[in-house]
Amino acid sequence: MNEVVLQIDGKEVKASADMTVLQAARAAGIHIPTLCHHEKLEPFGGCRLCMVELETRGRKSWVVSCVYPVAQDLVVRTRSERVDKIRKVILEELLAHAPNSPELTAMAKVYKADPNRFEMDPSFCVLCGLCVRYCDEVKGAHAVDFIERGADREISFIPEVASKECWPCQECFALCPTSYAQAAYFLTEALAFPGRRKASEAEAR
Amino acid sequence: MDSALLNPILDQHRGKPGDLIHVLMAIQHQNHWLPREVLLQVAEALEIPFGRVMRIATLYKTFSLTPKGRHEVQVCNGISCHLRGAKELMAAIERATGVKAGETDADWRFSVQSGACLGTCSIGPEIIVDGTHHVRMTPDQVAGVLEQYP
Amino acid sequence: MTRLRSAAELEQLRSAIVSSRNPARPCIAVCAGAACHGQDSQLVADALRAEVDRLGPAAGVELRVTGCHGYCAKGPNVVVNPAELCYFEVKPEDAADVVASARNGTVVERLVYRDPVTGEASARMSEVPFYKHQTRLLIGDNTRIDPMRIDDYIAAGGYAALAKALFKMTPEQVVDEVKRANLRGRGGGGFPAGQKWETAKNAPGDERYVIVNGHEGEPGAFMDRAIFTGNPHKVLEGLIIGAYAIGSHQGYIYTRHDSPQLIRHIEQALAQAEAHGLLGQDILGSGFDFRVELHFDVGIFVSGESSALMRSIEGLPPEPRPKYIRTSVAGIRDKPSNLNNVETWANVPQIIERGAEWYAGIGTERSKGTKLVSLSGHVVASGVVEVPMGTPLRTIVHDIGGGVAQGKALKAVHFGGPMGGSIPADLVDARLDFDELAKLGAPIGAGGLLVMDEDTDMVEVARYFLEWLTNESCGKCVPCREGMWQTMRVLENITKGQGRRGDIERLEDLNDVTSAACLCALGKTSADPLKSMLRYFKPEYEAQIARGEKRDDAAVGSASR
Repeated sequence: MNEVVLQIDGKEVKASADMTVLQAARAAGIHIPTLCHHEKLEPFGGCRLCMVELETRGRKSWVVSCVYPVAQDLVVRTRSERVDKIRKVILEELLAHAPNSPELTAMAKVYKADPNRFEMDPSFCVLCGLCVRYCDEVKGAHAVDFIERGADREISFIPEVASKECWPCQECFALCPTSYAQAAYFLTEALAFPGRRKASEAEAR
Repeated sequence: MDSALLNPILDQHRGKPGDLIHVLMAIQHQNHWLPREVLLQVAEALEIPFGRVMRIATLYKTFSLTPKGRHEVQVCNGISCHLRGAKELMAAIERATGVKAGETDADWRFSVQSGACLGTCSIGPEIIVDGTHHVRMTPDQVAGVLEQYP
Repeated sequence: MTRLRSAAELEQLRSAIVSSRNPARPCIAVCAGAACHGQDSQLVADALRAEVDRLGPAAGVELRVTGCHGYCAKGPNVVVNPAELCYFEVKPEDAADVVASARNGTVVERLVYRDPVTGEASARMSEVPFYKHQTRLLIGDNTRIDPMRIDDYIAAGGYAALAKALFKMTPEQVVDEVKRANLRGRGGGGFPAGQKWETAKNAPGDERYVIVNGHEGEPGAFMDRAIFTGNPHKVLEGLIIGAYAIGSHQGYIYTRHDSPQLIRHIEQALAQAEAHGLLGQDILGSGFDFRVELHFDVGIFVSGESSALMRSIEGLPPEPRPKYIRTSVAGIRDKPSNLNNVETWANVPQIIERGAEWYAGIGTERSKGTKLVSLSGHVVASGVVEVPMGTPLRTIVHDIGGGVAQGKALKAVHFGGPMGGSIPADLVDARLDFDELAKLGAPIGAGGLLVMDEDTDMVEVARYFLEWLTNESCGKCVPCREGMWQTMRVLENITKGQGRRGDIERLEDLNDVTSAACLCALGKTSADPLKSMLRYFKPEYEAQIARGEKRDDAAVGSASR
């Protein structure tokens, strides 16, 4: 496999040519914050927190490191005034939905994000897609998916599928940075297929 | 939906996941809405997860997951119509029909839709009811126009 | 329909059609473009047909239902050829007089254009102010062609460029011609088409695709529909030439589902082209195969974005990919895919036929050719307009558009819809040029020019665009979905008189991050209208915010007393 050498935060980093900047950074022990990223899943590029600054021929550009491929002599900075501002505002936008998320709150301290900067909309879901993508890519169960569009996007547990798949699995609950996935599942169960406890006990017997 | 109408559509696209939009369009056109039981059959016929069918069905404004009224009222919400008073026109439509964009009234008479630029900017602000254009509309004309659609 | 198996057979067919037609025989062309259709042009056409039939074989005139003529504000439009007499706001009751005028060479005075001030009549297209300042290379044929009859297109010279490309040029020469013409994308990106073609041509892979982006989701843009509905063969011919140049054997047309007329015309064009051997296997006996599939958007703006469009063709949700994955290298099913806008494809036949030097002679140094502009908003003469690049906006708004409606003053001109910007009236001498307008903060976009009068609330315009966009984004990435929504909420509060101190800074921060961090162009450019507002209309924003603060202060004051 081809190897490339790039520069991250002034440090020379060797990486194989099929890696992303995020993978190369992690392999070299350099931290880049993420939210929607997971090793078992295809990179999503939705939260944008992993954005880094590139410099090519004196010109700066900003890319999401979870998707952007490494290249020979790439110059990467994981922190800069612009990168930090992007992360700060993104966190403020997410905190407007989930002000108590431990992951978001921890990152907010680093980037001095103000949870009250923007209008609150306590939907709790930050639409990172971890639950949807895990169910799709790892479990192949397709019990939860996105619905609607734009600012109205939500996750939805599909009752016809969730009633069979979710109780024995529950693996997406732990992935959720805001605990919404768990809440959404139980709400769906209570409304759409109550009596799951009784049904699963009957099955067990 | 009558299976005699549904089955030919499904048969034409059986086993072709890429044809989802064509199938949903055909059903919407035929049936004027997408019942959930029909969507389950679509998922099965095209070999796609039901979640994906729901995702696409909820994503697009053209598809309706609830029955539509007898008359579809599209209110243009493009920028040119907006500049010419579409907001006030929409408010008048809402008052006259009793529903907002995306809704159907309780008598199933009117379904109101808004959002896209209808592409006839020169004659705006306009509404299209059941395919008929009502051009250069003012709010005070709304009652008279809607009266034509019992 | 005869299957044509050589360029010579195409020319024979053309001669046969042309010689069977008497060029002096009057032809009444009734516009059935979207706006005229919406004003019941069908009834006018029916009445004219009834009158012509009533006269029987002695009528001596032809009737043709055509695509959009352009002067939408004054429809239903009728043009009597070959004299190019223009009749406006024609009603079914006028049928007898129109037919008589066509037969006798007279003019129906009450139906011609009259200057609103002097009352002076202009009967011919070359005299009508709306038309006379235009250069109608693309849309000019719309008054002569029935889109449902390929014969009309062939009679007008259609498919000669395709024959030239297939038999007299190599694919590389075709790409080179388009590069030297400097044809830039007309969908909004302004990217050099020839360069994109070359990338798609040379990208590794066993299959490559060409795509027509007929989505036209930009509000205020209606020129793609005018060309595609009125002259679908022109677009198709361009697509086939491009396919030959790039080495593609599979094309996709992606367009709107909500115009039955557009769909009918495209399907007819595809069927008739195929029947003639101009599409499908062994085109014109050249050995080149090319098929086209038709796909539809069913109602979301983001699926006009090229990578989202390709997902949609694959049957997937229309979520864009980042731009550094170039679709010309990895597009539909990760194969090289060259996507161009309807108008871009429509330019190709004339470039091949008349050459790159001819094309590059029109326009400015870096924006070549003509551009279709959808002129609307608070303008007198709204419609589809075609002018050379480099035309001052003043010419379009005043000379062609007849100025601002109701005698009001011009406040601003907006280009690029929700992804563009507004420039104030004192910049109306700016020229129609990709780079010049982009520098001013009002990029051409698809070419929808909105005229805004003195009463326009510029805060409301920015709010409107953002509200519209929040419903049209896919919702995947945070800075778009959340950033636009939060920006909209701030603007909404300002328009309701609830502006707060710090709003401008909040807006600027949101704009900054949205521009930098969004995944696709929809999100990135969503900040642009507001940016242009803050650049040119900041005092208006500050005044509205101050009104809100005053109210807060007053409320606080009265509560504390």
